[in-house]
Amino acid sequence: METVELTIDGKKVTAPKGSTILEAARKNGIDIPALCYHEGISPYGACRLCMVEINEGGRDRLVASCIYEAKDGIEVRTSTERVNRVRRMAMELLLARCPRSEVIRQMAAKVGVERTRFPERPPEEDDNCILCGLCVRACREVVGVSAIGFAYRGSKREVATPFHESPELCIGCGTCAYVCPTGCITFEDKGNVRIIWGREFEMQKCKVCGRYFAPVAQLEYIRKKAGLPEDFFDVCPDCRP
Amino acid sequence: MKVDLKKVEEILSRYDQAEHSLIAVLQDLQKEFNYLPEEALKLVSDRLGVPYSQTYHVVTFYKAFSLKPRGRNILTICMGTACHVRGAPKLVEEAKRVLGIGPGETTPDLEYTVETVNCLGCCALGPVVVLNERYHGGMTPRKLSSLLQGKEG
Amino acid sequence: MKVRSIEELREELLKGRQEPERQIVVSGGTCGYARGAGEILSALREVVSSRGLGNQLMVKETGCHGFCEVEPFSVVRPWGYLYQRVRPEDAPEIVEATLEGRPIERLFFCDPVTKERIPKAEDIPFFRRQNRLLLGDNERISPEDIGDYVALGGYRALEKVLREMSPEEVIEEVKRSGLRGRGGGGFPTGRKWESCRRAEGEPKYVICNADEGDPGAYMDRSLLEGNPHSVLEGMIIGAYAIGAHEGFVYVRNEYPLAVKRISTAIEQAEAYGLLGDDILGSGFSFRVRVVRGGGAFVCGESTALMASIEGKAGEPRAKYIHTVESGIWGRPSNLNNVETWANVPLIINRGADWYRQIGTEGSKGTKIFSLVGKINNTGLIEVPMGITLREIVYEIGGGIPGGKRFKAVQTGGPSGGCIPEELLDLPVDFDELTKVGSMMGSGGMIVMDEETCMVDVARYFVTFLEDESCGKCVPCREGLMQMRRILERITRGEGREEDIPLLEEICEAMKDGSLCALGRTAPNPVLTTLKYFREEYEAHIREKRCPAGVCRELITYYIDEEACTGCGRCLKVCPAEAITGQKKEPHRIDPEKCIKCGSCKEVCQFDAVKVK
Repeated sequence: METVELTIDGKKVTAPKGSTILEAARKNGIDIPALCYHEGISPYGACRLCMVEINEGGRDRLVASCIYEAKDGIEVRTSTERVNRVRRMAMELLLARCPRSEVIRQMAAKVGVERTRFPERPPEEDDNCILCGLCVRACREVVGVSAIGFAYRGSKREVATPFHESPELCIGCGTCAYVCPTGCITFEDKGNVRIIWGREFEMQKCKVCGRYFAPVAQLEYIRKKAGLPEDFFDVCPDCRP
Repeated sequence: MKVDLKKVEEILSRYDQAEHSLIAVLQDLQKEFNYLPEEALKLVSDRLGVPYSQTYHVVTFYKAFSLKPRGRNILTICMGTACHVRGAPKLVEEAKRVLGIGPGETTPDLEYTVETVNCLGCCALGPVVVLNERYHGGMTPRKLSSLLQGKEG
Repeated sequence: MKVRSIEELREELLKGRQEPERQIVVSGGTCGYARGAGEILSALREVVSSRGLGNQLMVKETGCHGFCEVEPFSVVRPWGYLYQRVRPEDAPEIVEATLEGRPIERLFFCDPVTKERIPKAEDIPFFRRQNRLLLGDNERISPEDIGDYVALGGYRALEKVLREMSPEEVIEEVKRSGLRGRGGGGFPTGRKWESCRRAEGEPKYVICNADEGDPGAYMDRSLLEGNPHSVLEGMIIGAYAIGAHEGFVYVRNEYPLAVKRISTAIEQAEAYGLLGDDILGSGFSFRVRVVRGGGAFVCGESTALMASIEGKAGEPRAKYIHTVESGIWGRPSNLNNVETWANVPLIINRGADWYRQIGTEGSKGTKIFSLVGKINNTGLIEVPMGITLREIVYEIGGGIPGGKRFKAVQTGGPSGGCIPEELLDLPVDFDELTKVGSMMGSGGMIVMDEETCMVDVARYFVTFLEDESCGKCVPCREGLMQMRRILERITRGEGREEDIPLLEEICEAMKDGSLCALGRTAPNPVLTTLKYFREEYEAHIREKRCPAGVCRELITYYIDEEACTGCGRCLKVCPAEAITGQKKEPHRIDPEKCIKCGSCKEVCQFDAVKVK
């Protein structure tokens, strides 16, 4: 496997060719903060927390490390004045947007922001969503149904179901909730039913232990996609031999 | 309101049945129906192979599209920089005063829709408004209210 | 019929074409039509046909000549008389006078400052000081007639390229010319083409960016409406140089006439074999399609534009990998602005060496600017790079209307900045404008006077950008919203001392942290107004005063009792019934009722209505 060698905060590190700077850093124990990044999902570059200052061929610039390729010989500094200015302003802005989120408050404190000078979003408008897009991207790339997406633009941008109605294509898998960094997407499993995005999904009951373990719609979707036999998901993963 | 889906099919047939035709199809639909009915959008998404969530994003992202029926008379006020320094904001206020609606809104009786646009490219005529595709230059609040009342009278 | 040579095309289109020497030309772009050019053309044609004069004189519609201030206007040939603000009722007289060869003096252009009457277009200062390499043809071409374009030498450059030059030679020539992108970025065009040619991946695409979102800029519209073939010819040449066989012209939704004209031009070019397979028998094939925008300023940004062509929302992506390597559907895509493409046939025809003689060291050629706002001679002007702002504003623009004082000129649209009086001797050049905190942008030049509030201007641009931001990244989406709120507070008289440093902080973070050029350049209007007009911000914050008399909550309309004659005009037009007064006695405005619409000021003949 081909590797590249670069310098991060004065430390020489190697990484597989094709890695991003963020991946190279994290693999080598160097922490660069990020909110819209998730290992299993393509990077987006929206939160701007992961910005770093690089020197490449004598030129200094700020780049988003989750997207920028780790190239041979580049020098990366993860915490310069310019970088910190961006991170702190981004967190101050996010604190104003989601003042009630513990996750945001912690991230803000981590980059050195204790309070925001901007007016806070009032509770009736605050859903704890930071528009990181992980839910949308996960639904599109990982699950493959694109049941939810973005809507509108600018400061009116939001994560939405088409026409703000219960999404027809949703399979109830809950991946969006799992990847959401602030926990603003939730679902409820009530007995034989899962309620998510305003829809009720019938849960599959395990033929062996009787536990309701996943939505039928989700299992059907996976079954069809992987070409598995009809009764494959009659038994839950724990009970399968 | 029942939508003539045959017309939607006709519009779809003008283009490749692929994702990249989405915006052109939506524009023709907008022109035909004066808004984008939800049923039409479902059909379009299915035919072009575009996830419904993407169609919704496109429809709400671009200014050309409206999900609600627009009025019979469309008043577009140019808010370009040149028109702005020549007093365009006052025209928006005047429209609000006379029609009772703001930009992006339609009167309850579906007579008027007021829209703003970021530049029509007619800066010499500024401030400019377009009423039902006719351009009117050198507008002032006074002239606008005459124009609107003339239309009503 | 597909032609094998331009000579054949000229034969086909121009044989037996006899245009009368006497012509009445009407400038017909969107502005002209908005002011009645359509009715004038009908009236003129009616007179000519009813009197059977078709073989003696010709009524010709051309594209926009750029002198928007005096639209609708007509030029009478062969003398070159310009008749301003023509009305349909003037048609019979114009026809008669043209037949007899005498001018109509009352219709001559009247200089707004000197009041001098100037008969010929070429003598009018507005035109005289321009170098109309591109716009000049707008005056002679009927936009839906490919014959006119060919008669002027159109498509000769394409033939030369296909017959005599290799793609690499074309790229060298464009590189040598020094042509830089006319859409805003100013990137060297030849280098861009070279990178795209070298990039791996098939198919490659060329794109014409006609999104023209900068408010106040409409030169691309004028070129597409007035001379669409020049843009097309440039694109075919570029495609050949790069090795692309497919192209797109992305036109913003708000330009229906431009869409129509370029579509017609494409159809005509296809009919004659100038587009399609085996162009002019060269073996090179190229097809181009028109794509309409959906109404989003951000789609002027290349990656957003490409997302839009793909059928998605116009969200930009980081350009660490350039679009020339990975653009539409991940394929190498070369995007250039309308005006950039239009320069290409010129460079091929006259040569890079000739082109290099025009302009400055770093910025070659001419640039079309839209000179608008508080200016006497509003219009599109084409000038050599290096001309000073002062010359543009005063010599060509004729200065500020109403004798008001110049305050600033805003260049580069929402990504640009405001340039104050002390910098008026700045030569217009990509790098010079960037040095003072602004930029060339697409060429919009908005002139502002003493009655323009610079804080209001900053607020206007930030509000515009907040609405147009795609919303993907935090600094731009949230930063613009917070800046808008702060600026609104300041214009309402609720500004605080800490607002200015906070604005500057947000600006710095946006410049460094935003994902795309919209967010990175959004701070420019705020930063330049803070830099050059800080005292206006301070007056708003500390004294709750708007020196320019614009911000509604901070001004009061009142009537100067000395000047008021009691004519009652203002009372009649006041929509809020806020004015009281007896006939022949000074009137009074009730500040509680006044909604500050300005109607009273508009109708007062004695300048008695004042704002403080």
